[in-house]
Amino acid sequence: MPDVIDPAALADENENEETSRRNFLGKIGVGACAAAMAGSVVLTLDYLNPKVLFEPASRFTAGSAGDYGEGTVRFHKEQKTFVIGGPAGIWALSAVCTHLGCITRHLSDEGVIACPCHGSRFDLEGNVIHGPAPRPLPWLEIQTDAAGNLMVDTSVVVPKGKVFRA
Amino acid sequence: MNLQRPGAIAEYIRGSAVWKSIVRHGPPDTNRNRALIVFENLFLHVHPVKVRERTLKFSHTYWLGGVTLVATAVLFVSGILLMFYYHPSVPLAYRDMKELAFVVDNGLFLRNLHRWGAHLMVIAAFLHMLRVFYHRAYRPPRQFNWVVGVVLMSLTLGLSYTGYLLPWDQLAYWGVSVGTNMVREAPFLGEKIRFLLLGGNVVSANALLRFYVLHCVVLPVALILFVSVHVWRIRKDGGVQGPYRPDEETGEES
Repeated sequence: MPDVIDPAALADENENEETSRRNFLGKIGVGACAAAMAGSVVLTLDYLNPKVLFEPASRFTAGSAGDYGEGTVRFHKEQKTFVIGGPAGIWALSAVCTHLGCITRHLSDEGVIACPCHGSRFDLEGNVIHGPAPRPLPWLEIQTDAAGNLMVDTSVVVPKGKVFRA
Repeated sequence: MNLQRPGAIAEYIRGSAVWKSIVRHGPPDTNRNRALIVFENLFLHVHPVKVRERTLKFSHTYWLGGVTLVATAVLFVSGILLMFYYHPSVPLAYRDMKELAFVVDNGLFLRNLHRWGAHLMVIAAFLHMLRVFYHRAYRPPRQFNWVVGVVLMSLTLGLSYTGYLLPWDQLAYWGVSVGTNMVREAPFLGEKIRFLLLGGNVVSANALLRFYVLHCVVLPVALILFVSVHVWRIRKDGGVQGPYRPDEETGEES
């Protein structure tokens, strides 16, 4: 009997509608709070990410090519870089140990680069000759500036063997 | 009123409106009052009102959790006192540490107390964890408290590690250089986490400040929160569990 309306059923339906509206608004409220929380997490992470760093510049002048005769090893302390003169030319090595980041030292009487923290040793081309260092010291890019001085960029790694020839 | 009578002053104080507004129960002369003393006090209510006598024996828990908690309290007090002299900045940090050691009255004592307290806290927490493990106290119903304990162990090590940088000497600098290079090896996010932790690519003034804030605010607040849950859960899970006793498999309070 479709034309007979049961008042009880109607009341139920109204109530259901009421409940679902309340549910809907409740969900919007919870959703808005969740979105605000997620937003604040993103904002906080972004805030904690520094925009300007007052760290040494990655490019630095390392003197002229004439300063690096065969067998010269010069340590540039601020940039943590060795600039080394060999028979074929000049190359730059990162002085940061590939094990856990200590700064290595050149031991001139033994002709090796050694790390004081855990005893890693490297030859002058950066190859590991004694662990625990897992990788060789990276070679860094050398270019010249307008005046002909060597410019080393510690942020650019070049393949091993790519020596700079004056 | 005759205040000459023995106990009259104590009685007078107990009867005053101020005392009654703070302490609502009577003197501990009945079992009811003795129980009220525990659960009407914020600091004691985490503790069970009654405990079995054997749980108080030294060999039951070796008091290792308690030792850790007392070490933590000592570290909070001595740490707050050290903060009155210490500046977390590159030119001042090492100087302040030397000032504490050589100039400030009792500074060396407080600094060493903080240092040895920190060692004790790590050692006692670790032994406590072993004790709980060997007594099978990580089992239901205490499995959640074991998880809270693992979080507390991480917080303890985090506090120990962030405090290590603050003297800003060679040991601190290289210790943190090495430690944060280990973070780098974490999959995918390693580099990013290290950058956020240090506030840069190298251990610098930013790193010192960040470690200071973590050491003095973030981690201690987290520690207080988790310790509160941990101690409260001991009571809720049926008190401290001592050596494993097969007859207690029923899960009855031990």
